[in-house]
Formats: sequence, C-alpha cells, structure tokens
Amino acid sequence: YTVSVFTESLNFKWRGEMTSKKASDVPLEFHVPSLFKRPSSRASHSVSVRRPFPLSHGTTTLGFIFQGGVIAAADTRASAGGLVACPAVHKITPIHSHLVVTSSGSGADCMLWERILTREIRLYQLRHKRRLSIRGTAKLLSLMLHPFKGTDVCVALTLCGWDKLIYVCSDGARLQGDIFSVGSGSPYAYGVLDRSLSWSLNKEEAILLAREAVFRATHRDAYSGNNVDLFHVTAEGWRQRQREDLKEEYYRDMEKRGLYNKTLFLAI
Amino acid sequence: MLSAQNFGESGKMKEYHYAGPTEHRFSPYAFNGGTVLAVAGEDFAIVASDTRLSEGYSIHSRDSPKCYKLTDTTVLGCSGFHGDCLTLTKIIDARLKMYKHSNNKTMTSGAIAAMLSTILYSRRFFPYYVYNIIGGLDEQGKGAVYSFDPVGSYQRDTYKAGGSASAMLQPLLDNQIGFKNMEGVEHVPLTKDKAVQLVKDVFVSAAERDVYTGDALRICIVTKEGIEEQNIPLRKD
Repeated sequence: YTVSVFTESLNFKWRGEMTSKKASDVPLEFHVPSLFKRPSSRASHSVSVRRPFPLSHGTTTLGFIFQGGVIAAADTRASAGGLVACPAVHKITPIHSHLVVTSSGSGADCMLWERILTREIRLYQLRHKRRLSIRGTAKLLSLMLHPFKGTDVCVALTLCGWDKLIYVCSDGARLQGDIFSVGSGSPYAYGVLDRSLSWSLNKEEAILLAREAVFRATHRDAYSGNNVDLFHVTAEGWRQRQREDLKEEYYRDMEKRGLYNKTLFLAI
Repeated sequence: MLSAQNFGESGKMKEYHYAGPTEHRFSPYAFNGGTVLAVAGEDFAIVASDTRLSEGYSIHSRDSPKCYKLTDTTVLGCSGFHGDCLTLTKIIDARLKMYKHSNNKTMTSGAIAAMLSTILYSRRFFPYYVYNIIGGLDEQGKGAVYSFDPVGSYQRDTYKAGGSASAMLQPLLDNQIGFKNMEGVEHVPLTKDKAVQLVKDVFVSAAERDVYTGDALRICIVTKEGIEEQNIPLRKD
C-alpha cells in the first residue's frame, strides 16, 4: 500500500520542506490515486467515473461584523439528495482561539479542508512563532484549493476573525467584506440581514438578528433546517451560544403573531 | 416509479418512447445491499447488520455479515459495494497494525474514526462506495458511534442506521432512542437489554419492507468485557 505525499500534486514550490513526513514513520498524508496526479490537466478524467450516491450539500450560513465583533451563524442540516443525512452537523468550526470558519458546500470536502487548514495554521505557528493573519490564512486556503479547481470539490468557507470576514471558495474567489451569507438558503438570510443590520447594534440585538435570519432561511429553504449554531468572535476570542432547535421557534413565532389558532397547518 | 431517471433528454419516458441512442459504460460500482445499525449506550455499544449479500434480483449469499471486528473495543459496520467493503477493511487492518507497531498501543475508537475519514477522502475522486458506521467504547468507557458518508465526512452520534434500509430505520431510531417528535415523554436512559431488543425489532421491520435486507441478523455487543455476538434469523424471502 503505497502512500504519496499530498503536496506532490501541487505545482508550485512555496513549500520547500515536507517536514510532516520526516516527523514520524506513520503515514499522515493523503494518498492521491494515480489517475489524479495532475488535476488541472486531467480534470476530465476525474469526472469519468459516475458516483452512484449523492453527497451532502445545501445549507444556510452567515457572518457579519458589527461594533461588538463578528457573529457567525449556521443551520445544522446535512442533506444528501432528498434525505436528511444528519440533522445535527457542526457547520461552524473553530480553527484557533480567534478564528472561526463557517462551511458550506459538500460536507466531506469542508470537513477535511478545515482539518488541513487547521494543521497548516498550527504548523505555521510552530515554525514562525507567531500566528498567521486572517488574510494570510485566507490566501493560504485559496492557494491550497487552487489545484482542485475544475474538479467537483465544492467548498465555500467564510473565515470569521474578530474584525474581518473573508469568503473563500473552491472556484478561486477570495473576498473580504462586512456581511456574507453562503448556501442554498442565503437569499432568504440576506433579505433579513439587509433590512436590520447596522454597525451600532449591541450584542443581544446582533445575536437575535443572526438567529432570525437563519430561522427565516430554514423556513423557506428545504435544504436548511433543524437547529441554529451561533458563534460570537471578539478580540478576546470566540464564544459559542448553545445550539437551539428552530422547531420551537416556529411555534413561538406563530403564537406571538396570533396565527396559531388557525386550522391552516403550515409545515416547516 | 415516476422518477427523473425514467425520462430521456427529450422529455419522453425511456420505457415507452425511443429517446435516442443510449450509451452503456462499464460501471466500476455495484450495489450489494445490506443495512447496518449502531447504538451507543452509557457503557456499551451495539453494532448490528443483516447478512444478505445481493446484486440486482439475485442473492449471492445469505451469510455475509457486514460487521467487522477491528479491535477489542471497536466494531466497524460497512454496507454498499462489497468489493470496496473488503478492500477498505483490509486497509484499515493494515493501518491498525502499523499504528500498533509504531506507537505500542491499540488505536482508540476516536482515532480509528479520524483515520477512516482520511482514508475515505484520499479517494475523493473515485470514492469507496461504502457507508460506514463505527461502534465502540471511547477512552472513558462510554459508548461511541461514528457515522460516515462515502467520502469521509463523519461525526459522533448516539445512534445511526446506514445502508439500504437506513431511510426507514433512522426515523424509528429518532423516535425510540432520541425521543423525538413525542410530547411529554420521560427520557429513560437506554439499558443494554432494551437496546438489543430494540435492534432486533427494528431489523425485523426493515426486513419486511426492504428487499435488500433479510436472511439473518448479526449483533455485536461491545462492552468492557469484550465483544459478544448474537445471530438471529430474519425473513428469507
């Protein structure tokens, strides 16, 4: 069983040392199958075998900056075709104490690429005795994803620092902004956010706004749903709010608006 | 069944209209059926699978269990394409031995799960067509279940069903073990005997409604004393 180093498939030489291999004799790298050796020139080969199963997709994630830091919120549903593969996925993952990343696209791709990114950031910190900036992290991620452009790797991550939001996707986009929403439910989330977002919100209002945006998106988008995860990142680090089930929120909202008594039963 | 696959590109139904010349390519995958289930309790874990190996309308074997013992505290259940299941288990066994020789200790369930995730993702562009579920005990002795998708995305659960009848079994498990969609019910912790009985009942139901599930049920119960195996007959039709 031969193992080849993952970085051999990258064409540029910005990484001279392959120290992860020398560190131990347990193989840690990815085995890149031979039909995949140079993905940019063989993109057509990589899609020649049709997959007999659907992969998990579909989500609503959002992030925005306000005076009190950055809020990152996401739903927790992973769908594969028409089936809810998992109702309790973690779409927001901390990379280190001051950086949180929201993922959307294919579940496995996001999970593994976040893991790779965390490893590279940690190695950078150990080698250079300082943390890589969020802009550097975004550029590193973008460069690592570049060889897979044109294949069906589908990754759209929003890196949320305490003063910056950067969106990186596997198509090659790398954008800094004040507000991002990604995924199939993002149009609905944008609608709610654009209405009420302002710089001067206080922390509770911002959290409520993020929660409301995800709730409305899960209501209208079939591929988003279940719970909402919320992270608040400040200069002191990230803090996670307890995961909340939106099913209860729907009934609370209906009762508040006096619509619950109607016999018209609306399904989520 | 009226699904999109029955319609050709011109919008006409493939079985009743000529929709144009169709090209048949060799597919390296086959679907061999089978269902796997895992449940984690306070100090035990159960991994169960049926033992039918089918392909198309035929049954290749009635005694092909899909639970594979990895270590004394971990069992892997894999269903999907049998060829990939066999290769994957061989690779995992080899990696377990390598770990044991380099680190002088057995891999823990969590470590096996993380390793399996990278093994599956290394074949991102020609995936193993296998639905994996790992059941075992974690370092604290509590039951752990890790469920995977074919390309390596995984997470720790309390219970999970995978394979051909997974869409039928998972809602039943959500209700009986997760107490979902029920009002005013006391959340009783699951005992080992109740869990084993539940698994048997659930597989009997699956065998009724899923053609690829049946013949016999193999249950592996993982506790700190070791792994106990039980075989229960299911419908053979």
